[in-house]
Amino acid sequence: MMSNRVPESLRIANVSRRSLLLGMGAGSLVLAIGLPRPGRAQDAPVQFGADAMPNGWRDDPNVFVSIAEDGIVTVTVHRSEMGQGVRTSIAMVVADELEADWDMVRVTQAPGNEPRYGNQDTDGSRSLRHFFGPMRRAGASARTMLEQAAAEAWDVPLSEVRAEGHVVRHAGSDRTMGFGELAAAAAALPVPDREGLRLKDPATFRYVGKADIGLVDNDDITRGTTTYGIDVRREGMLYAVIARPPVFGGSVASLDDSAALQVPGVERIVRLDPPAIPAEFQPLGGVAVIARNTWAAIKGREALVIEWEDGPHAAYSSDDFRAELEAAVQTGDGKLILNRGDVDAALAEAETRVVAEYYIPHLAQAPMEPPAAVADVRDGSCEVWACVQAPQVTRLRLAQRMELPEEDVTVNVTLLGGGFGRKSKPDFVLEAAILSREMGAPVKLTWTREDDLHHSYYHTVSVERLEAGLDAQGKAVAWLHRTAAPTIGSIFAPDPKEKLPFELGMGLTNMPLDIPNVRAENPQAPAHVRIGWYRSVSNIPHAFAIQSFIAELAAAAGRDPLEYLLETIGPARLIDPSEIGDVWNYGEDPARYPIDTGRLRAVTETVAEAIGWGRQMPAGSGLGIAAHYSFVSHVAVAAEVEVVDGAVRIPRVEIAIDCGAHVNPDRIRSQMEGAVIMGAGQALTAEITFQDGRAQQDNFDTYLIPRMETAPREINVHLVSSGGYDQPLGGVGEPGLPPVAPAIVNAIFAATGTRIRRLPVADQLRS
Amino acid sequence: MITLTVNGTEHSFDGDPEMPLLWYLRDELGLTGTKFGCGIAQCGACTIHLDGYPTFACITPISIADGSDVRTIEGLAENGDHPVQVAWRDLNVSQCGYCQAGQIMQAAALVDSTPDLTDEDIDTVMSANLCRCGTYPRIRAAIKQAAEARTE
Repeated sequence: MMSNRVPESLRIANVSRRSLLLGMGAGSLVLAIGLPRPGRAQDAPVQFGADAMPNGWRDDPNVFVSIAEDGIVTVTVHRSEMGQGVRTSIAMVVADELEADWDMVRVTQAPGNEPRYGNQDTDGSRSLRHFFGPMRRAGASARTMLEQAAAEAWDVPLSEVRAEGHVVRHAGSDRTMGFGELAAAAAALPVPDREGLRLKDPATFRYVGKADIGLVDNDDITRGTTTYGIDVRREGMLYAVIARPPVFGGSVASLDDSAALQVPGVERIVRLDPPAIPAEFQPLGGVAVIARNTWAAIKGREALVIEWEDGPHAAYSSDDFRAELEAAVQTGDGKLILNRGDVDAALAEAETRVVAEYYIPHLAQAPMEPPAAVADVRDGSCEVWACVQAPQVTRLRLAQRMELPEEDVTVNVTLLGGGFGRKSKPDFVLEAAILSREMGAPVKLTWTREDDLHHSYYHTVSVERLEAGLDAQGKAVAWLHRTAAPTIGSIFAPDPKEKLPFELGMGLTNMPLDIPNVRAENPQAPAHVRIGWYRSVSNIPHAFAIQSFIAELAAAAGRDPLEYLLETIGPARLIDPSEIGDVWNYGEDPARYPIDTGRLRAVTETVAEAIGWGRQMPAGSGLGIAAHYSFVSHVAVAAEVEVVDGAVRIPRVEIAIDCGAHVNPDRIRSQMEGAVIMGAGQALTAEITFQDGRAQQDNFDTYLIPRMETAPREINVHLVSSGGYDQPLGGVGEPGLPPVAPAIVNAIFAATGTRIRRLPVADQLRS
Repeated sequence: MITLTVNGTEHSFDGDPEMPLLWYLRDELGLTGTKFGCGIAQCGACTIHLDGYPTFACITPISIADGSDVRTIEGLAENGDHPVQVAWRDLNVSQCGYCQAGQIMQAAALVDSTPDLTDEDIDTVMSANLCRCGTYPRIRAAIKQAAEARTE
C-alpha cells in the first residue's frame, strides 16, 4: 500500500496537517486557496467578506484602543505593515471616530492572535475593506464610553456631552475633562451596544479621507530606529544561515562540514529534515550554520561541502517548460472553465480570426528585507519576532512543528521590509524555531538575497492563448482563452495541475467583456517549484494577455485602441460575477460588489484624457492603454513610451483607480505609484528562469527591477471616487499592478509596430 | 586591532578583518538602522558615510575602516533633522521604509556635496539604491525640497 512507503515521520506530519485543515484556524489556508470552507453544513448561509475569513472581525474597543492617564491614545493594529500604510490608516479611522487629537495617538502592533483581534491575514488587499467598519465602531465605542464617564462625573444626561479634540465637553456648563482624566472611569464601563452606536457623519471626518496625514512610522524610519524582522536582537542570540537544496524537493546526499566548523565564530552545523511534499509552509531542509554573527554564519556556509540529491525536479528548465505550456494550449483538451454561447460556430462565421499567445515568466517578490526571523524556543514555550503577513497561520504552524499548545506560542509581528506575498508563508520562521530549539538559545535566521531568489514561492509561469473572431465591423463576437500555469494549489496538495477557482477569478472567469460567445479552457500544468502569491497573483498573466489581445484586435480591425477597449468593455452595466462564471469574487458578496463597467469605463476615460490620447506622437514614441478589475476595484493605466535603439524609456504613466471612498488618499496614491514602478519592471526586465531545476538569477545584478533612472519618470495618480463611506470599499494594495505591463507593451506597439507577447521585453526590441 | 569612530564614538575590534562593516555595525554594535539587502553592492540599503563619502557597508571590510570616521543613519543628524530627513517626512516618501535609511544616507551626501543639483545628478547617484515599493518619484521630490532648504 502507498502509505507503507511513506516514512513514518512524514506520515505523522501529513496526518497532523490534515487534522489542522479540518480544525480551527485552518480556514486561513482553505479560504485563501478558494476552496469551500470545511465543516459547514450544506444549508448554512454563505458568508462573505470579513465574516467569511477565519476568525472574522472584532470591534471591541477594549481590544483595539487604550488611553493612558496622560491622554496618550494607543491604537492596536492587528494587520501587518509592509509599506501599504495600514498602521497609519487604521489609526486614522479609530482616532477620527474617537475624536482624538492625532498628535496624541500612538500605534502598537498586535501579536498573532486571531481569536482576540479577528483575521490577521494581511493579503488580498483586504485590510480596510474588511476593517474600516469594525475600526470605526471600536473608535466610536471608546468615544461613547468616554462621554458616558464624563456625563456620570458631572451627573448630566449623556446627550448633553460631546467628545471633541481629545476632551469631553458639557454643552450647558462648558466644563471639559480630558481623555486621560476620563480613561480609568471609561474603561470600567460596559461596551455600548453595536446597534445604537453613533458613528460620525463622514462630512465631519478630521483624518479619514484627508491627504495630509503623516505616517506613524515616519520618525523611526527616517532616523533608522525601526525594527524589522531582521533587526530583532535578543540576549544570547546566535545567528544562522541555511544552505538549502538548490532544486526544489532535493535533499543532502553527503556533507563535509569540517572546514565550516573551523571558521571562527561558527558554533554548530545542523542538518535539517528533507522537505515535506506538498511543501505548504514547511522549510525546505538543507544544512544550517549557526554562528556568533551573521558574517561568520555566511563564511561557514561557504565552507560547507555538500553533495545534493536533486530529486524529481532536477530537469526543470524554463525554455523546455515554456514549450510544454505552448503545446498544452494548442489542444482543446483542457478543463472547461467558461462556456457561453457557441464559440466554435461564431469563430467559423467570423470575418476575421486573430490568434495570439502570451508568455509571462516566474517572478520573485524580492522584498528589500529578505525573509528573516528571530526565535526563542526554550522551556516549553516558543516566542518569535518575525516579519510575517499571516501571524496566526505562523502561530499555528509553529505550534504544530514545535509540538506545543498554541497558547505557548507567541508571534510578535515586526515591521515588514516589503512583503508582496512572500511573507505570507512562514517557512523561514519555522526554520528559525527549529534552530533555536536545537541550540537552546535565541536564533536569528537571515536569508541572503541569493537564498530569496533561489528559494522563493515564485509567481507562477503562464502561457495564455487567445483566439477571437471579429465580425465585419471588427467587433469581437467569439473569444476562446486557454490558460496554462502551475497552480498555487500545488503547495497544498500533491501535484494538482489545474488552476483553482480563486486563480481563475483573478481576471479570467470574471472578465467583464461585452462578447456574446466566450469559452475558456485550462490545460494541465505541473509545478516544479513552490508557487505562491505575488502581489495581484493570477491577475498578472490574465490582465497582460487579455489587455494585450484587445489592443491586437483593435489593430486587426483597424480601430483606435481606446475606442476599441471601451467598445469591448461595452456599455455601463452592473455584472454579477457569479453569473458570468466567477464563484469567488474575492470573497465578497456579488450583490454588494458587482463588477461595474461604468466605473471601468470611467477610469479608462480618465487616464486617456490625462495622457492626451490621440495626440500626434514623435517617431519612436507611443501611447498604450489597459484597464482591469481586480480586488473589487477598477483601475486603468495609460503609458507613454519612447523606444530608442531597442531600449524602452517610460516618460509618463497615468493611473486611475476607483476603489470606492478613500480612507487614506495619500497611501492610495503611493500604492499606485509603487504598482506602476513594479509593473514597469515586470514589463521590461524582471524574470526568474530555471535551468537544471535551479533558479538562474542570484541577486539584483541579474534579477532586474527598476532603479530611479529606469523607472517610469512621471507618474500621475487619479483617484476616481464613486460612492460614499457607507458603500463597500475596494482593495488598494494590489489592483494597481495588473494593467501596468499591458499598457506599456501596448504603447511599445504604438511606438514601434512590434507586438511583445513574451515578458519581459528585455532585448526583444534590439536588432 | 582595528579602531574606528562610529557616530562620534570610538570603537575597537579584533575579530575577522574581512567582516563587512555592515555586519559589524548590525551584529556587533547593534546599529540596525543600516540594512542588508543584497550583500554585493547592488541595492544600497547598507549605504553609510565613510569619512564623509557614501559607501556600501556590505562590501567594505572593516579593515578598510581602520582609523576612519563612520556615520550611520542613527548619527546622520543629532535630532534626526537633516534637511533630507525632514523632506522625507514632509512628503511621506516611505512605504515599507526598509531601503530608506540607505536612500537617505545617499541623498544626504548628494545634497550636502552638490550645490546646484540637477535631475540628472539625482538620477545618476540615486540609481545606486533600489526601492522595491517604488518610492522613486517621492525620493526625487524630497531631494529637491532638501536641496532648496539647504540653500536657503
